[in-house]
Amino acid sequence: MSGVPLDAVYGNPPLPGEFPYTRGLHADMYRSRLWTMRMFAGFGTAEDTNARFKEILRSGGTGLSTAFDMPTLMGRDSDHEWSVGEVGRAGVAIDTLADMRDLFADIDLGKVSTSMTINGPANVAMSMYIATAEEHGVERAQLSGTIQNDILKEYQAQKEYIFPPRPSVRLITDLMAFTTAEMPRWHPISISGYHIREAGSNAAQELAFTLGNGFAYVEAAVAAGLDVDTFAPRLSFFFNSHSDFFEEIGKFRAARRIWARWMKERYGAKDERSLKCRFHTQTAGVSLTAQQPEINIARVALQALAAVMGGTQSLHTDSFDEALALPTEEAARIALRTQQIIAHETGVAAVADPLGGSDFVEWMTDEIERRAEEIFAHVDRLGEGSMLEGAYAGIEDGYFVREIADSAYRFEKKVNAGERIIVGVNAFTEGDTSDAQQILRIEADVEDYQLKRLAKAKLERNDDTVRSALASLATAAKDPTINTMPAMIDAARAMATEGEIVATLEGVFGTYVERPVL
Amino acid sequence: MNEDRFRVVLAKIGFDGHDRGLRVVARMLRDAGVEVIYLGLRQTAANVVAVATQEDADAIGLSMHNAGHMTLAPRVVDAVRDAGLDIPVIVGGIIPDQDIGPLKEAGVAAILGPGASADDVVAAIKTAATKSNSS
Repeated sequence: MSGVPLDAVYGNPPLPGEFPYTRGLHADMYRSRLWTMRMFAGFGTAEDTNARFKEILRSGGTGLSTAFDMPTLMGRDSDHEWSVGEVGRAGVAIDTLADMRDLFADIDLGKVSTSMTINGPANVAMSMYIATAEEHGVERAQLSGTIQNDILKEYQAQKEYIFPPRPSVRLITDLMAFTTAEMPRWHPISISGYHIREAGSNAAQELAFTLGNGFAYVEAAVAAGLDVDTFAPRLSFFFNSHSDFFEEIGKFRAARRIWARWMKERYGAKDERSLKCRFHTQTAGVSLTAQQPEINIARVALQALAAVMGGTQSLHTDSFDEALALPTEEAARIALRTQQIIAHETGVAAVADPLGGSDFVEWMTDEIERRAEEIFAHVDRLGEGSMLEGAYAGIEDGYFVREIADSAYRFEKKVNAGERIIVGVNAFTEGDTSDAQQILRIEADVEDYQLKRLAKAKLERNDDTVRSALASLATAAKDPTINTMPAMIDAARAMATEGEIVATLEGVFGTYVERPVL
Repeated sequence: MNEDRFRVVLAKIGFDGHDRGLRVVARMLRDAGVEVIYLGLRQTAANVVAVATQEDADAIGLSMHNAGHMTLAPRVVDAVRDAGLDIPVIVGGIIPDQDIGPLKEAGVAAILGPGASADDVVAAIKTAATKSNSS
């Protein structure tokens, strides 16, 4: 601000942009390009969310990120008996191509990058998205964006699984093979620690379980016949940014270093892009308090700053009212403005990795890495030398779920005992202030409206075409040497519903049920 | 209600997969000497009530984080009533203030919001079960 001339980077090699990328993926970091400010949104019907998307783009958001409702995330249609009360509540309801069409109406899919947060039925959403883009006249090769499609962490933490682990991973390798061949600008997976952390893990567990899952997917794709350097450059990651400032920064730095080393040494990657751990970050929803919700703005700002100091490629900042409900438009705008203040007012983007070389930050990075390596060694033992088999074994015997629940309980006990201060909850409280907060209400008529849309889509389609498309999909699913994506895209075009496509796959793969162990 | 074998059925109804809170509550209750029957995810009202009947439970605890509570919680209350049981249904999770009144009118015995301590949880469940038993 005072006009002091600055260098791009300070300190000694390895510098940002140099292996093992501890200090950042690019030499210039945010000097040449700021992180993508990607705000997650979705509620009600496709038209409601389309309007919010346009507001995000109007107010300077640089990417879109879609939240789906629970029935959609679980692969069930809005008219499924379990969907009552959940349609359009926690995200947008998508049943058929007609909904996907309205979700992205008047948005240039060739220019805007889109993220879709969906896992169990990820390939179904992907198929509908590809079909929508075709209708816009946008070639699939032009599409850029990310689909979360990380099923392992669903069994471990978020619990939005449909099929058992092995066929689910096969669907993921199908999409990886498909995008590698046809959609060079698309990230077919976002390997996510966010949900592991939200479910209660600590920082080192978040990092280790996530990168461990990443290694598992690499092994699965290689086993499916892909060369590591053809798909690894399109793998992406998604981390949480929680409240312990330096621990989080150490975690982000350790993530890059571990990924680079393992990809090079264990998986033999040669392309430099295969070694780079690219990640999106979201501030910690679980850290937000329902008490004195406006103070969440400060929490989010600090967590966002940690993500930027940790060198994230894109960022979602939570809205201060998210402990109460989905965010209002005003709250979402404040969250985006928080990122813009960090980017344009604080000056932290002017130098690459400004904390590099700090004894404490370097020590913390090493320490988080050491703890993560201990966990990798355990998973590798479970899998008898395979991280993929280790992931399956740890899911099967409840290892991940137990570790996460233990950490969550330890944290809660500390809060209860007052050993850990949560401002507004166990200290600095304001008594019983009732929340006068304006929250987003999803009206009950959303469900009725969506049911009418679904009925209409079913009425207007050709049922024979749907039946034959689903039969072809079942045939492809039964044969692991056939990629299921082309048949799924055909089914989406034929206006098969998400629930019908998922039911077809369940007929071949079965349905996963978690053993309720504490 | 028998103090030394106080039993609570804990479940999540519908698609909602956020089980961190329910798992923490389950352990809190267990530490407080309560016998916990943990059903976990993706339960139906009918199943929860069937287990509560079979296990002679003193209370049912539901955890809801999906804004589906106005539909799903009353459904469990109705199922308890239809089964002729006299045990309280307690809801925890993300429940906006303006929904608390209507949920209580629908027969939910107590609502535990974010920030409820271990003692709050244990006390709320025991109080609700005692009231229910003496009414």
